[in-house]
Amino acid sequence: MSHPEHAHADHGHAAHGDHHHEMSFSEKYLFPTDHKYIAKQYMLTGMIMAVAAGFFAYAFRMQLAFPGMSVPFFGVVSPTEYNSLVTQHGSIMVFWVAMPVLIAAFGNFLIPLMIGADDMVFPRLNRLSYQLFLLSAILVVVGWFVPGGGFGGAWTSYPPLSAKAEYSLTPAGSSIWLAAVAVEFAAFLLGGINFVVTAMNARAPGMKWHDVPIVVWFICIASILFMASVGPLIAGAIMLLFDQQLGTHFFDPVAGGDPILWQHLFWFFGHPEVYVVLLPAIGICAEIIPVFARKKLFGYRAILYTGIATGVLSFFVWAHHQFVAGIDPRMANVFTITTVLISIPIAEMVFLYIATLYGGSIKFSVPMLWALSFIFCFLIGGVTGIFLGASGADIYLHDTYFVVAHFHYTFYPIAIIGTFAGVTHWFPKLFGRYMDEKLGQIHFWGTVLSFNLIFIPLFFTGLAGDHRRIYNYNNFAELGTPDLQWLRILATVALVIMLIFQVLFVYNFINSIFKGKLAPTNPWKATTLEWTTPSAQPGHGNWTPETMPSVYRGPYEYSAPGRDDDFHPQNVP
Amino acid sequence: MLHLTQWLVVPASTFADDIDFVFGLIFWMVGFWYVLSNVAFFYLLFKYRAQPGKKALYVTGTEHDLLKWVEWPHYAIIVCDIVIIAAAVKVWYEVKQDLPPADAEVTVVAQQWAWSFVHPGADNKIGTSDDIKTVDELHLEVDKLVHWRLQARDVLHSFSVPAFRIKQDAIPGRDIMGWFEPNRVGTYDIQCAEICGIGHGIMGARVIVHTPEEYAAWVASSSQH
Repeated sequence: MSHPEHAHADHGHAAHGDHHHEMSFSEKYLFPTDHKYIAKQYMLTGMIMAVAAGFFAYAFRMQLAFPGMSVPFFGVVSPTEYNSLVTQHGSIMVFWVAMPVLIAAFGNFLIPLMIGADDMVFPRLNRLSYQLFLLSAILVVVGWFVPGGGFGGAWTSYPPLSAKAEYSLTPAGSSIWLAAVAVEFAAFLLGGINFVVTAMNARAPGMKWHDVPIVVWFICIASILFMASVGPLIAGAIMLLFDQQLGTHFFDPVAGGDPILWQHLFWFFGHPEVYVVLLPAIGICAEIIPVFARKKLFGYRAILYTGIATGVLSFFVWAHHQFVAGIDPRMANVFTITTVLISIPIAEMVFLYIATLYGGSIKFSVPMLWALSFIFCFLIGGVTGIFLGASGADIYLHDTYFVVAHFHYTFYPIAIIGTFAGVTHWFPKLFGRYMDEKLGQIHFWGTVLSFNLIFIPLFFTGLAGDHRRIYNYNNFAELGTPDLQWLRILATVALVIMLIFQVLFVYNFINSIFKGKLAPTNPWKATTLEWTTPSAQPGHGNWTPETMPSVYRGPYEYSAPGRDDDFHPQNVP
Repeated sequence: MLHLTQWLVVPASTFADDIDFVFGLIFWMVGFWYVLSNVAFFYLLFKYRAQPGKKALYVTGTEHDLLKWVEWPHYAIIVCDIVIIAAAVKVWYEVKQDLPPADAEVTVVAQQWAWSFVHPGADNKIGTSDDIKTVDELHLEVDKLVHWRLQARDVLHSFSVPAFRIKQDAIPGRDIMGWFEPNRVGTYDIQCAEICGIGHGIMGARVIVHTPEEYAAWVASSSQH
C-alpha cells in the first residue's frame, strides 16, 4: 500500500512519512511505534500481570478461609508471605493492571482512532513509555524472588515500616518494589503527555471540542489528573528510597523526620489515582451504552462537566484516608465536606447514564452487559463510600473489610468490568473478528455473579470488626466465630469460581483472535470514527488520504429523526 | 428488615451509640437512593428492551421536561449530603476533637508486636510508684471517663477497640491523647488496625471493663507485688 502525500497535512500523525508499509516482525510486535500495537502490548502485559495478581488473591483468600492449610499450587502461607501477597496483589492490580489496560491500552488504541489521527503525536515517546513500563513490570516481578521475599508493607507503603529493613524484614524487596513504582510513574507521565497533546492537536477537520467522544475526553482528563498528582509521589518515592538505602531520615521520627508526610504525599496522588482509572472505565461505558441502546447520550455536556468536576474535586479529598492517622482532628471536618460533596458530580453522572436508557432500543449484547453491570456494581461502591467519607462513621470502619469491600466495588468495576466491556466492544476493531457471543454471555454471568458473592460477605465481616491484612482471624476472640468464618469461606469459594470462569475468557479471547467470525468495518453500527477504519489494520497508519475522515457532528447521533437507518456517523456529511 | 448495625460489635462505650446512629442514618439515606436508582435502572432496561419495529427516541438531554427527572433527585441528594455531613462532623467533634474532663488516665504503648498499658494504680495518677503495668491486658472501670495517651515504639500501629468504636493510629515520637467511657461490663478485643510487620496478625489484646468493686480488687491485688 503506497500513497501520495497525505491530504491532511495538519493531522499531526507519525513523524515519519512512510505510512502503510509492511512492517517486519520486530517493528510490529517487539518495538512498534504504531499506537495500535503499543496498545496491544500494554493490554497483554496488563492481562498477564492480572493473572499473577489473581493467583495471589487466591492464595491469601484460601489462607483466610482455611487457616494453616497447604494451599494447592502454593503451599502453606506464612505471615510474611501473607503480607507480601496482599501487598503485591494490591499494587499490581492498581499500577500494573488498571493503569496499563485502562489508560495506556485503551488510550493508545482509541484516541487516534476516535479523533481521526494516524498515530500519536509522539510515536517514539509512546514506544519509550511502554518500554519503561515493561521494565517496571519486570522489576516488580524480580522483587518477589530476592532474599527476604517480596515487599509486604501494604501497597500504601507507610514508613517507618517500609523505610527500615529491620522493621519490614524485606531489605531488597521493599527497594525494588519502590523503584518499580517510580519507573512505572515515569512511563505513564510520558504516555499522559502524548494523550493530551494528541487530542489537542491531531483531531480530524471539523471535530470541535464537543464532538470529541466522552472516552477520549475522560482519558485526557485522567492523564492530566495523573500528571498533576504524581509529582509529589515520585518525589516521595525517591525520598523513601533514600531512607531505605542511604540512611536519610525524611520519614524517620527518631531523627526528626515525619512518617505522616509520606501519607500526605501518597494520598495526594492516591486519591486522584482512583479517578485516573475510573474516568477511562466510565468513559468506555459512555461509548458502549449509546451504541447498544441506539440512543444519543443523555446530556453530553453535563456528563463531560461532571467528569471535570470530579477530577478537580479529587484533589481536595485525600486526607479522608487519614482521618484517624494522627492528623489534626479539625482537618477531618474539611475533608468530610469535600469527600461527601464528590457524590454530587458522580451521582449526576450515574443518573445521566441511567437516563440514556430512557426511550432506547436496548440490545443486551456482551459489551452492553458489561457496561450495565459497571453501573450496577459501581453504584454499590459509590454509596458505601459515603460511610467512609463521613468522619464520624469512619472512626469505626477505617481499615476494616468494609473498606476492602467498598473499594473493590469501585476498582473491580473499573479494572475488570471496564476492561471486559472495552475488550469485547472493540475486539472487532482490535483483531478484525468477533468474539464468541455465547461464551461471552456465560463468562459475563459467571464473573459478575461470583464477584458479588465475593465482596458482599466482606461488607459484613468488616462491620463485625475484621480489620485489614490479618492472616488468621482466629487470633482475635471477637472475630474467630463460626458465623464470620462461614462468610470468609463463602467469599473465598466465590473467588475460586470467579477465577475459573476467566479460563473461558482466555479461551474465547485467543480462539477468536485466530478463528473468530470475520467482522465488517462497523459491526455494531456505531457512529464514532474508529469504526470507519478497516478492521485489523495491516500496518502503520489508520486511513488512506482518500478515506481520511472529516467530522460533521457529535459522536452519539443514534435514531436521529429523518433518516432511514438509526445511526448517523460523525464523518458522513 | 435487614439492618446493618446488627452486624456491628456490641457497643460498650458512651459514644458508640452516636457513631452507630451516624452509620444508621447514612444507611437509610443512601439505601433509599440506591434502591430508587436500581428501580429506575431495571425498569428502563425492561421497558426499553429492543423490540422488533420499535425505534429509539431521539432526545439530547437538554429537554427541560426530561431533565427534571435527573435534576430534582440531584437537588435532594445535595440536601442528604448536608444532613450526613452535619451528623458526621457532630459525632467526630465529640469523639475526636473534644476532650472532656477525665476520671482516670492510662498510657497505651504499641510496639512490634504487643500492647503494653500503664494504669494509674491506687492514687489514680500516672507516673507514680504504684502504677500498674500490664502487657496485652487493659483494665478499666465501668462508667469512668478515661483519657488514653497513645505511643508507638517502632512503626505505625493503630489502637482499635471495636466495642468502644474508637480507632487511632499510633505514631512513633508522638503522644496522641483521646478518650472513652466504657459503659458495659465485659471483655472486648483490642486490635492493631495498621499493618506493622509480620506479627500484625497476632497483635491483639483484651480490654476488661470491671464493675467498681472488681476494679478496686484488681488494683489492690496488682499493687501487692
